[in-house]
Amino acid sequence: MIAYIIRRMLYAIPILLGVNILTFVLFFVVNSPDDMARMHLGMKRVTTEAIETWKAERGYDKPLLFNQASEGVGQLTDTIFFQKSLKLFQFDFGSSDSDRDIGYDISQRMWPSLAIAIPVLLVGLMVNITYALLIAFFRATYIDIWSVVLCVVMMSISGLFYIIGGQYLVSKLLHLVPISGYDTGLSAIKFLILPVLIGVIGGIGAGTRWYRTLFLEEINRDYVRTARAKGLSEVVVLFRHVLKNAMIPILTGVVVVLPLLFMGSLITESFFGIPGLGSYTIDAISRQDFAIVRAMVFLGSVLYILGLLLTDISYTLVDPRVRLS
Amino acid sequence: MVRGWAVLSRRAMLLAFLLLLSGCGERAWNAPYPSSEAKSNTYYSSFSERPKHLDPARSYAANEYIFIAQIYEPPLQYHFLKRPYELVPLAATEVPKPHFLDQTGNALPDDIPADQIAFSEYEIVIKPGSRYQPHPALATRDEGGFLYHQLTPETIAKVNVLADFPETGSREVTADDYIYQIKRLSNPKLHSPIASIMAEYIVGFSELSSTLGSASSGAANGKAGESEFLDLRRFDMAGVTKLDRYRFKIRLRGKYPQFVYWLAMTFFAPMPWEADLFYSQPGLEKRNISLNWYPIGSGPFMLSENNPNLRMVLSRNPHFRGERYPDEGEANDAEMGMLVDAGKPLPLIDKAIYSLEKEGIPYWNKFLQGYYDTSGVSSDSFDQAVEFGSGGEANLTEEMLARDIKLATAVETSIFYLGFNMADPVIGGDSEENRALRQAISIAVNFEEFISIFRNGRGVVAQGPLPIGIFGSRAGLDGVNPVVFDVENGKPKRKSLDEARDLMVKAGYPNGKNAKTGKPLVLNYESASAGPDSKAQLNWMRKQFKQLGIQLVIRATDYNRFQEKLRKGTGQLFMFGWNADYPDPENFLFLLYGPNGKVDHAGENAVNYDNPEFNRLFDQMKNMDNSPKRQQIIDKMVDILRHDAPWIWGFYPKGFSLYHGWYGNVKPNLMANNTLKYKRIDPEVRNQRQQSWNPPVVWPLVLLFLLLVMTAIPAVMVYRRHERSAAR
Repeated sequence: MIAYIIRRMLYAIPILLGVNILTFVLFFVVNSPDDMARMHLGMKRVTTEAIETWKAERGYDKPLLFNQASEGVGQLTDTIFFQKSLKLFQFDFGSSDSDRDIGYDISQRMWPSLAIAIPVLLVGLMVNITYALLIAFFRATYIDIWSVVLCVVMMSISGLFYIIGGQYLVSKLLHLVPISGYDTGLSAIKFLILPVLIGVIGGIGAGTRWYRTLFLEEINRDYVRTARAKGLSEVVVLFRHVLKNAMIPILTGVVVVLPLLFMGSLITESFFGIPGLGSYTIDAISRQDFAIVRAMVFLGSVLYILGLLLTDISYTLVDPRVRLS
Repeated sequence: MVRGWAVLSRRAMLLAFLLLLSGCGERAWNAPYPSSEAKSNTYYSSFSERPKHLDPARSYAANEYIFIAQIYEPPLQYHFLKRPYELVPLAATEVPKPHFLDQTGNALPDDIPADQIAFSEYEIVIKPGSRYQPHPALATRDEGGFLYHQLTPETIAKVNVLADFPETGSREVTADDYIYQIKRLSNPKLHSPIASIMAEYIVGFSELSSTLGSASSGAANGKAGESEFLDLRRFDMAGVTKLDRYRFKIRLRGKYPQFVYWLAMTFFAPMPWEADLFYSQPGLEKRNISLNWYPIGSGPFMLSENNPNLRMVLSRNPHFRGERYPDEGEANDAEMGMLVDAGKPLPLIDKAIYSLEKEGIPYWNKFLQGYYDTSGVSSDSFDQAVEFGSGGEANLTEEMLARDIKLATAVETSIFYLGFNMADPVIGGDSEENRALRQAISIAVNFEEFISIFRNGRGVVAQGPLPIGIFGSRAGLDGVNPVVFDVENGKPKRKSLDEARDLMVKAGYPNGKNAKTGKPLVLNYESASAGPDSKAQLNWMRKQFKQLGIQLVIRATDYNRFQEKLRKGTGQLFMFGWNADYPDPENFLFLLYGPNGKVDHAGENAVNYDNPEFNRLFDQMKNMDNSPKRQQIIDKMVDILRHDAPWIWGFYPKGFSLYHGWYGNVKPNLMANNTLKYKRIDPEVRNQRQQSWNPPVVWPLVLLFLLLVMTAIPAVMVYRRHERSAAR
């Protein structure tokens, strides 16, 4: 398995390089280093000299991908791409274009993101599985039919609607929790209740339908019939046998998103004023801060690759027949 | 045993519930602030974007001035209440008057023509006894020497925020600190936005800038993020001289009466050299501890919490020298209750908390719930807040009045205009035909309608480049633009489209078609926004041109490309704006001064207008004091502009802001940024209203729970029946 993991990590290098090049090209198609300088220096009374100095200080005065003025390897290394991207592979994110340490900012902002993402994942998983098992138990009854209709309706509603509707109902009409904001420590709890609740409710439609399908597939298997024949109660059959055997696809879906929980949610964080990594990325895009955009895309790619690797490993844990080689 | 645990667990839950309730007793459940702050003398507001710069040498944006204008004290400020805007001393003892000198340094009389003045000198005397806020850069050891000026890497490794330095110190502000800051403005590494304009005027500014550029690059190769202390005390700026501990003088080239306005901006606030040294220690910038993030000022407030991802907190500077609320203002200020606090020591509040609020909906709802003391009025919430009376006056809706919310409006010292690129062969230039075309379009594009549809009436149609209240602008019928408006029944009325069509004939485009070729006239409109919000505006614009038979092609792009088109002069028509730096006509008329052309000179004249007569008058006017003669020259300049029509004069935006009844001393001051110190809060009233407006409504939760139970009962019954039934 170790050889497999090493091989997968080596595969990751060209993928990350590709992602880096793509991000780089896409970013600089839209923004030139001059645009970036203007954005950071402000729009009023900016001189050409100030722009040139800003670019020189941050290494944006070099060619993007190929330096004709240099010789040999320098043609590739003395470029913005090489100078800015190489350190990412050492997880040195460097400084943002506004001179803030990106690594420090990420370390500070990942906690609020996790404070929402982990409860949403765990509570959502619990609610969705329980509800899906309930529907599976009442399969082909009015509960099943109307639950599926409800799930489809819930899936069809935009996440933004849940957020705005939730804020209106829970905070504005019922006055139960703050409409937005965040705090540190235990004081954060009252700010997290609503986004977590909305995150869970917003995920019920898709999650429940998916799990229901998995459970229905299992529920007609022979081992389930055998368990029933042995006289086990339906609760035991569902929770002990059906759930256990449906774990592989559930794990596939869950483990792959685990590392990405760090990245936060763009819309939720923005609407609730939560200083997580999602809003960090959005802010960086609007400020044309390439250093942060590049770091966040790289981090997202690394975490996604890590998620896929963890999923593969988790297969071996839940299904002894799977061997990584 | 099991029963015992169950009882215990029930009691624990009850206790937890009671604790929860007790915790919420002081404040409503949905209050976003701690209960301990419920009755504190704190101002609550928000910010939507992380400020980029808090260094007074670099900051030049409104969202940054919210903070640093309360922290730093430049020599001058604008009077809080008097209009027109009047400069009064802040850190200085008086507003300095310039002394004029000839080339050899001999004094000249005050009324000498500007072209005979070689130098102007401003002597600034600062008030003694002003002290800096507590700051680790100024912390000293008992035995002498600074505590934190030689930090070790181990110490720096333990520091994450400035508050991690346990000791702080303070000292008196002296003339040296003002001189030090002026030298900082010239440091090319700091990219001060006013460096280029100051280099034009302050003697020795450019020379020092070159010297510092070389010294800086020699020491650190000019790499961003690398710390390096460049002790500016070692360098001299020829035009800035210390006279004694509290006096210094600044020598300018020629006459520049607008210089005093710059002295009211934080660019000229004092900076202790100790702070520069402290922040430049290797490793601190890497930990985001820099002068750009942690200001050190002598003003009424200090930044006690700097978390731009969450909130920014200003609290009283314990060393503030003291200032009193003004005891005079405009004629009706006493009647409006603006002088109730006259003579009281400032600031009137203890703390100001600004929370990060990115979205408009939660921000607006929090204002209505009483958790923000003030709010702007966005288009989304406009109809909920404001309604117009029969005379067109803005009134608050019943809902707002019921909450004792008040409205403050003010015409801003800004202008939004539609610019014609004068370098363009079709619509630009000095030919009579093209001028007639611009005038025709100026008549056709109806900005009264634009203000009504797209700005909810929040604007005043512009009659020229000078907003209302700026010296040189003329009020009433005297100020009406005769090229676009007629006067009928004592009111300005836009000229008819027939007159515009006649001008089109004169321009060589009858019915919008080229008289020679018969081809329709096609003009390009550059737009930096193309989203659904701007689609209606762009369609409206297209329709305005269609009235004259002109086909308007919308060239929507992103802001970078839009700016690039302006820089290269490849755009034809575009909307643009300007916000005043200071209340002087020069700050608007320079936007049309030829040598400020964007294409040729990278200046702020975005339409590249270049009229020799206008330029000559501008040169004459810019250095004059406000006087009838200056007004005459401005009148001539405005007439030239109206005739040439390089802009469609657009509108002056009107700011609407709402505030709660417990928030006092609200008078819009569009030039002053340091007005937080004058604001008053009644925390008792605020707390009572917050409680009464936000009672927790729990019954729907109980109802929901009962519904769930009721729906579960049949399911449980079915389950039990299923469990008991025989196998089939």
